[in-house]
Amino acid sequence: MIVEGKQKIWADYQKDIPDDHYFYVRSCIRQSFFPGSEVTFLDITRNKLGKDFYESAYHTTCGGIAYHSDSIPQETAMTIIARQFALMHESGYENYVCSCITSFGCYTETLETWHEFPELEAKIRQYLWDSCKKDFAKPKYLAHASDIIYKFRHEIARQAKYKLVNVKTGKPLKVVEHIGCHYAKMFPSKGFGGAEYPHVLVGMIEAWGGEVVDYPERRQCCGFGFRQYLIQANRGYSLSNTYKKFESMEAYEPDLIITNCPGCPYFLDRWQYVIAEQTGKTYGKNGYGIPALTYEEVAGLVMGYNPWDLGLQMHQVAVEPLLEKMGIEYDPKTKYKGINNKDLGTPINPINIRLQ
Amino acid sequence: MNEHRILVIGGGPAGMETAYQLKNLGLNPVIIERSDKLGGNLSRWDRLFPTSEPAEALLEKLMEQTKDIEKKLNAKITSIEKENNIFHLKLSNGINYKADAIVLCTGFDLFKAEKKQEYGYGIYNNVITNAELEKYFKTHNDERINEPKRIGFVHCVGSRDVKVNNTYCSKVCCATALKQACEIKEEFPEADVYCFYMDLRMFGKGYEDIYLKAQKDFDIKCVRGRVCEVSENIEGKLVIKAEDTLLGTPMKMTLDLLVLMCGMEKSKSSNEIQKMLNISNNEDGFIETRDLFSGLNLTKEKGVFVAGACTSPKTLPETLAEARSAAMEVFNYLGFQDVRN
Repeated sequence: MIVEGKQKIWADYQKDIPDDHYFYVRSCIRQSFFPGSEVTFLDITRNKLGKDFYESAYHTTCGGIAYHSDSIPQETAMTIIARQFALMHESGYENYVCSCITSFGCYTETLETWHEFPELEAKIRQYLWDSCKKDFAKPKYLAHASDIIYKFRHEIARQAKYKLVNVKTGKPLKVVEHIGCHYAKMFPSKGFGGAEYPHVLVGMIEAWGGEVVDYPERRQCCGFGFRQYLIQANRGYSLSNTYKKFESMEAYEPDLIITNCPGCPYFLDRWQYVIAEQTGKTYGKNGYGIPALTYEEVAGLVMGYNPWDLGLQMHQVAVEPLLEKMGIEYDPKTKYKGINNKDLGTPINPINIRLQ
Repeated sequence: MNEHRILVIGGGPAGMETAYQLKNLGLNPVIIERSDKLGGNLSRWDRLFPTSEPAEALLEKLMEQTKDIEKKLNAKITSIEKENNIFHLKLSNGINYKADAIVLCTGFDLFKAEKKQEYGYGIYNNVITNAELEKYFKTHNDERINEPKRIGFVHCVGSRDVKVNNTYCSKVCCATALKQACEIKEEFPEADVYCFYMDLRMFGKGYEDIYLKAQKDFDIKCVRGRVCEVSENIEGKLVIKAEDTLLGTPMKMTLDLLVLMCGMEKSKSSNEIQKMLNISNNEDGFIETRDLFSGLNLTKEKGVFVAGACTSPKTLPETLAEARSAAMEVFNYLGFQDVRN
């Protein structure tokens, strides 16, 4: 590995994004899968970094899941997107940041398509007016929420209470970074670091003290792949895809997987349970799996948020080994307690992968 | 010798052969070369397809032919102006030339392999270029080439590729890849060698013979399909993914060495000179010729001629033949037998 080669590519693929005043839009599914991630993002940006991030209650899905599973035509998806941009404009913002990678891909694709085909933009402008009576507007800047954390990664490191370092050995944690396919694979110039060697998560890992694992199947899809999973008969592809990644990363003994997509942490997390139950194999030590977290959850951990407030109990793979490596104090008794001590229920222990 | 001075810009095979033929025709050529020696890309190569003749032998022959011709090495051209059909060329060292004609022989640069990021050149140690393999054959000094057991060649790197805006074929890479595959197999007989190609364009005399020899005598395995991804495993070996389009199946393979067959792009050094002479590029980014049939050595600017790979990718025999025809065009232009100007 020639690190300078990667550094050169990273330098070539940088983008300018503003450091404040964003219209923030949530993901359809992340609040169910990782309920603490988006609220943590808003807390970090608003209260720890002192930035202006506004969200509207009228925001809806971007249509990305329907678009990528061939349920709606492109014009419909574009009209939904035009409505989101109109909400931003009505709210007095011109910088748009989304939580979801697929949304980011859809927004990028839409803006590029409108740029290349102005007649299609004119058509969507009319559709927006006919359907919603809203004025058409486009964002001045489009960012993914991981771009924002990347931009402020050093400031987060300055405020950090913990590092991605094993407190017992003093060595950096070995971290796998997994980038959502829709972040930069369609438009490499729109992602920090480009498509082949993205820097957006690498930058966070390094700034927070960890060591990046570069393994052969690093670029491979997490296994979601939309039609691979959404069509039930195809789910074997989804599982075998994820299995391939874990077999490839196993030799490096990673401590953590960090992701920036709604689907990736879900599939990299849940399929570990399925693999363990089907084959008896786990990829962490002592019967545990490898925690697959969102970048907001990792940022929250290093900044000292309570792991259970971050929603880490919602992961299939137990995070306790990671917390212990990082020296993070946690209360095992409150793992399955929600707000106001509400009992969330304790999951049944699987046979082959440890939860506690 | 008459008084007609011709400036041949570029001291590679095209420039050297053009100058030699101009001198034979009784004209007064001067070779202007930006580097410190003649030979161009030929001086980087070890052996030439299809016969595996040493590149050095051809280079020596060209050197011998041009030994009595005036040359300016390390020459940086600062300006060229044309007045009454006379070109006034200034070099940075203060030397000025007046000339009746200019022949551009600025040649080609190899495509920068790092632009195809998926192949990992400059990222993974054991990914090398065709030029680096030729250098190894010349010097046997490259720590990356250490008893490789499995070697891959990727054809069409930077050629026939819309993503890098090079849609043309570089013509020489197929034959070079099979030549190099045979040569490395000779060096490491136990190695398995794979060539990943889109089409095998073995169009020249003796080229098809290399293809057959590579398979029959050297057991080179030709796979029709492009490599899509290169990475490195924990042992530092390369892991590649490709598709065998004849079998219709994806492939994954571990290699000790991957050689990228970088195609040709017009030499960047000619850009400034073209600006001075108001000579434009064609759609492939090479110097535009007056037409593609009878005006291959002519440009739209009267008195400015071209030869070799500065106008399109060419093999060495094509380059040398074009150099000879360029000399004849200059000869005709100067009034000895004016048929087209």
